[in-house]
Amino acid sequence: MQAKVLQISARLLQSLPSILGIVVISFALTRALPGDPAVYFAGAMADQASIEQVRQALGLDKTLLEQFFIYAKNLLNGDLGMSLSTGRPVLEELLTRLPASIELTLMGLGLSILIAVPLGILAATRPMSWIDHLCRILVTAGVSLPTFFTGLFLIYIFYYLLGWAPSPLGRLDIIYLPPEHVTGSYLIDSLIARDMEVFWASLKQLILPTVTLGLFALAPIARMTRAAMLNTLASDYIRTARASGLAETKLLITYALRNAMLPILTTLGMVFSFLLGANVLVEKVFSWPGIGSYAIEALVASDYAAVQGFVLSMALLFTFVNLLVDIILTLIDPRVALDS
Amino acid sequence: MQASPFFSINGLSVQFKTRNGIVDALRDVSFSIGKGQVIGVVGESGSGKSVTAYSVLGLLDRVGKISGGTITFDGIPLANAPDKLLKDIRGREISMIFQNPRAALNPIRPIGKQIADVLIEHAQATQATARGKAVEMLRTVKIADPERRYWAYPYELSGGMCQRVVIAMALACNPRLLIADEPTTGLDVITQKATMDLIQTLTQTRDMSVMLITHDLGLAAQYCDHIVVMQQGKVVEAAPVDTLFKHPQHPYTQALITASPGPSSKLADLTPHQSHAETPAQLKVQPKTQRVAEAQNRDLLEVVNLVKAFPTQTSKIARPWKQKNKHAADFLAVNQVSFRIKRGESLGLVGQSGSGKSTTSSIITRLLDPTSGDIIFDGENITQYPAAKFTHLPQRANIQMVFQDPTDSLNPRFSAFDSIAQPLIHLKKLTQRQSLQQKVEQLADWVDLPRALLSRFPHQLSGGQKARVGIARAIAVDPLLLILDEPTSALDVSVQAVILNLLHRLKQQMDISYLFVSHDLNVVRLMCERVIVMNQGQIVEAGPSDQVLSHPQADYTRALVEAIPHFTPNPV
Repeated sequence: MQAKVLQISARLLQSLPSILGIVVISFALTRALPGDPAVYFAGAMADQASIEQVRQALGLDKTLLEQFFIYAKNLLNGDLGMSLSTGRPVLEELLTRLPASIELTLMGLGLSILIAVPLGILAATRPMSWIDHLCRILVTAGVSLPTFFTGLFLIYIFYYLLGWAPSPLGRLDIIYLPPEHVTGSYLIDSLIARDMEVFWASLKQLILPTVTLGLFALAPIARMTRAAMLNTLASDYIRTARASGLAETKLLITYALRNAMLPILTTLGMVFSFLLGANVLVEKVFSWPGIGSYAIEALVASDYAAVQGFVLSMALLFTFVNLLVDIILTLIDPRVALDS
Repeated sequence: MQASPFFSINGLSVQFKTRNGIVDALRDVSFSIGKGQVIGVVGESGSGKSVTAYSVLGLLDRVGKISGGTITFDGIPLANAPDKLLKDIRGREISMIFQNPRAALNPIRPIGKQIADVLIEHAQATQATARGKAVEMLRTVKIADPERRYWAYPYELSGGMCQRVVIAMALACNPRLLIADEPTTGLDVITQKATMDLIQTLTQTRDMSVMLITHDLGLAAQYCDHIVVMQQGKVVEAAPVDTLFKHPQHPYTQALITASPGPSSKLADLTPHQSHAETPAQLKVQPKTQRVAEAQNRDLLEVVNLVKAFPTQTSKIARPWKQKNKHAADFLAVNQVSFRIKRGESLGLVGQSGSGKSTTSSIITRLLDPTSGDIIFDGENITQYPAAKFTHLPQRANIQMVFQDPTDSLNPRFSAFDSIAQPLIHLKKLTQRQSLQQKVEQLADWVDLPRALLSRFPHQLSGGQKARVGIARAIAVDPLLLILDEPTSALDVSVQAVILNLLHRLKQQMDISYLFVSHDLNVVRLMCERVIVMNQGQIVEAGPSDQVLSHPQADYTRALVEAIPHFTPNPV
């Protein structure tokens, strides 16, 4: 156990360089964007002098190196800068919008895991059966349908034609008041406030975007589960376990699935990262007030501080998820200890 | 011994559905096993011996079907029996142990728990008592410090220890029949003997019957009462062990027995005479006038005080049973090894796995850099060139290697022609298509590889053919020294016999020296004039093969020689 702790701390230390790299890249990428924020914010009628004035006010007349050190110093103080388009601190905006994105992503991921993992297992244990074919069809559909299309398609059917879904306008219908902020997730916050009406209302708003994201995430998870299970089921130790007369469920869960979990978990980490990206489109389609739609607006406006903040927080989330996956893998697989 | 046969297979036929239609894997296989009897099922790869074992427990692949015949265990019909019944029989009444023991254990579950799983499954223990019983089983199979090892994972144990764990799993519920499918293939002779002796003792004390599946006739002769010989899915002969070896009836059995190298067999005896007719009688090998002219007795290779140290992994986990962790010093894989090989001589290098013989041969091949010591090859110290650079030197052509696994050592995307042509292109700069073609075909003739097979890819060739490609590739650039790393250990005995004869012929015709690395002492005796025995990185004994192997001086050599399972063909 002591070894595991050491190993995990070593892995935590390893993520420090990536975080440093993220800071540098988020800064550099933003500067590499086309468009000049000074021109944009000076307005359409501005002359050369006023543009120059805005540039000075934004600190953009300094050298890149100077700008970077100012940026880094502010970061250390927890200051992500002010958004130029909204005039509010970037950190505050991100903090209000991030929970909306994470709630949606986790719901989508959870839904796809609930469907994809059992589907993959069943497909692997019964190759060429109807369930295997169903798995193949779903995987193909999930890969080939872009999220904005699935989203619009679902809205068209369930909102426009059938009228079952609420209007796709954000996290909560305007007739409700959002629950008191505790975690930022409306589902959890409304439960804490014991306001079941708001809970159901926010759940209804979540269904269509969740299904859209879930369908997208389903494909890689189901495919990896099926492949990993087929692989482990064909291995020698499964044959040994079978020859020892172990019950089928024990065989499938303790022997096959636990071994198959290793590649599946790695895939899950990757899928989560994809989903954060795919969110941008889904949020646009469902007018979801997440950080995806915030980032698009900031990009269009060349709003440096906001874009930097978005890239930074996304990259940190990536790093965190990968770290989490690695730590879980270390806990499951005793052999990982050999690598370090 | 001669109790009523409580296990019998009658007219068993198994078919496999493949892309090319239905293949008969077993045809009308019948034999029986009495209580407490040990039956050996022998045959070469593809003879159907493993398929027979899998059929018994219903472990055949999805595509395999029992198409006829019966399997009866203590009155219970097992062929095509419902899964529920088979599940209760497996592990409880009939258990099985496999080859490649490390892969046969769940890599991420502690070994003790895997034994406990079996005990709990068959209601031999409860959650509370399983641990104690599993530890008891580990003690029974002679694993030291079983309480601690209960929590060990397969990767922390040696191959031999893993096989003991598999045996413990198989015997945990006191089954009445044990099926052992090549249980010692891949283990060195000393571990093999220990494992087989353990199986023998444990099954005898429990009055268990054993079905031992093996390709090794010596092993079968030593541990079985009765032997069933299989060929191409059929039983060709079944007889008590004495009768079988004294008076083999079937020509296939006779061929198998002839092909197995024993302590007194000669190389020419191994192959039946008709196979000599297949080889081109007179090969036009150009006499190497230059080479022959040189003094025959000069040393071709001199290895002086070779040392290879590997830094010990400083593990954060205290694993007291791992010796090397106690000493933080480097692990010496090769420790002060010195020997010479004369021109045209072949030297055997034998030892257990982990004895340092592969490291030594890799250093001499210059695939690995030594920590210290010198290798004088053909009058030049070649340790001055780093391994990474040696590839580009002209000396590379003079030292070539034939690898252990004929399949894995060929590029799957290269045809046989490409594989043989590679060293010619890179080392001999032979780029003209026509001369390349000519040379490769000539090499194919030398190693008895039909020219028509040159366009084939490795997966389209048999094991013996792949071995020939590997040999042709190695001799393509006229090496002075050929290092053969277990060149026949993956081959069936009859193929091995032919390949050994081929190697012997090539050595004489081309005047090459061999360094023959092997754990099979009988093969080394056949192939080599002198032998060195290595243990734990050091040479423990050296001398003429016959003398060392017949009258071993060192304790280790004696243990090694005694561990070879013997049968005496045509005893007096």
